[in-house]
Amino acid sequence: MASTVAQPAPPAPFVAAPRPTVPRLPAWALFRLGRLLEPSRLWYRIALWLQVHPAAYHAFTRAETAVKARLFGCRMCGQCALPSTAYACPMTCPKQLRNGPCGGVSPDGRCEVYPELRCVWVVAYERASQEGRVADLRRLQRPIDQRRWGESAWVNYWLGRDEALWTSDDGLLELPVLRVDPAGARRVDAA
Amino acid sequence: MSVSDGLRPASAPLSRLHQALLQGRFVVTAEIGPPRGATVEPIRRKARRLRDWVDAVNVTDNQSAVVRLASWAGSLACLQEGVEPIMQLQCRDRNRIALQSDLLGAAALGIPNVLLLTGDHQRFGDHPDARGVFDLDSIQLIWTARTLRDQRQLLSGRPLQPPPAWLIGAVENPCAAPQRYRAERLGKKVAAGAQFVQTQVVFDLGIFRQWLADVRDLGLDRRCAILAGIGPIRSLRALEFMRSEVPGLYVPEEVARRLRGVPEERVAAEGLALCAEIIQQVRAMPGVAGVHVMAFGWEDAVPELLERAGLGRRPAASEVGGC
Repeated sequence: MASTVAQPAPPAPFVAAPRPTVPRLPAWALFRLGRLLEPSRLWYRIALWLQVHPAAYHAFTRAETAVKARLFGCRMCGQCALPSTAYACPMTCPKQLRNGPCGGVSPDGRCEVYPELRCVWVVAYERASQEGRVADLRRLQRPIDQRRWGESAWVNYWLGRDEALWTSDDGLLELPVLRVDPAGARRVDAA
Repeated sequence: MSVSDGLRPASAPLSRLHQALLQGRFVVTAEIGPPRGATVEPIRRKARRLRDWVDAVNVTDNQSAVVRLASWAGSLACLQEGVEPIMQLQCRDRNRIALQSDLLGAAALGIPNVLLLTGDHQRFGDHPDARGVFDLDSIQLIWTARTLRDQRQLLSGRPLQPPPAWLIGAVENPCAAPQRYRAERLGKKVAAGAQFVQTQVVFDLGIFRQWLADVRDLGLDRRCAILAGIGPIRSLRALEFMRSEVPGLYVPEEVARRLRGVPEERVAAEGLALCAEIIQQVRAMPGVAGVHVMAFGWEDAVPELLERAGLGRRPAASEVGGC
């Protein structure tokens, strides 16, 4: 039974079937918020500390889940694509496509699986166009690591584990490299 | 290491389809749907019927999420009938381990072309209660295939020997939203390794023309052969089914009006005539390298359709020097 009342975030949102979700904040605001979360020496230290304090890590991850599930329909894949999609989450696509919309989208932009909802990639394209960020959608997104579901994507991001998620802007000119070993806990202060 | 760039081969052409595309000949491919049952006989029959008329046939992979005989088995039957197969492979039913395994198996059986796609959602099929896998998406699968072939490596980075050798194909739907992003999305597929693309069936030539202009602006038609998808409408029932039941298929109102405007017994002939006209129009568009015919179970009409559209029998393999 569909309900319009917002449900509290479940402990493991990834068990629910993905449904296209429109972000609750405009793209410009999220790009600004995103800048606050960019990897830095401070975030790196916090992430390292969280890694070795499981109770704190779990509390932090629960808080992250609550915020991101409400804002984006986040399902906690643990490897966030949001900065590359104008903050429309591709993991809410019923096929979880990270590289753009499938061919089943209707001409007016409805999802083939949930015709009452807009395709999340149509939403991403419109938001990226408004912000002049369509080039972001050109990057090739590498296959995700299915072991990372339920992990804190913020901690992973701050520890440099997300660096190989997609190719760089000019990564398409030559043969793009499919396999890149994740940088792991690259020291940000060494950069 | 030999690395192909787009259509240009690193060494010899990978298939007869590849060779025809390199020669700049306008190519014709058609689609065969495997049966629901443990036999390849219907595939053999359809392949024999199409043999002289097409450069290659697609063998679909559980299309519309309905269980059918495996596409590798259907492709093998086509090979045995002397028809070059394009084996379709989709991401809905397999994870990255099974996809790579099937790609290697296809190459080992001598299947010279593969077409890699995401796949229809299981909700539309005969097992809506199935789990959809979607471990990779179509672009990641194309990228994986190219890495297997050109870098001789699995997705895990492990080396493989000998490497597979097939031409890599993709699909695109010019009519699906967001329409102005569709050429860019094809660009991603070409960057990942797609060498030819077959479009969803096109009935709206205005939308197709705009998409093709975007494709040419990005220079993609020079790196990837564009095959326009076309399909005949057999009856008013088929028309209604296509308009309401098939995701991603867009039949504009003027096409519907034209078919409803003729007497019931002439709808099939009108559908063929309309389809032949569309073939002739797309053939005249710069950047179109061929057509892909989706007959939706009406494969027997394909020779007549191609004849009407002015696309005669294909040159025999011996005349073009098979490979």
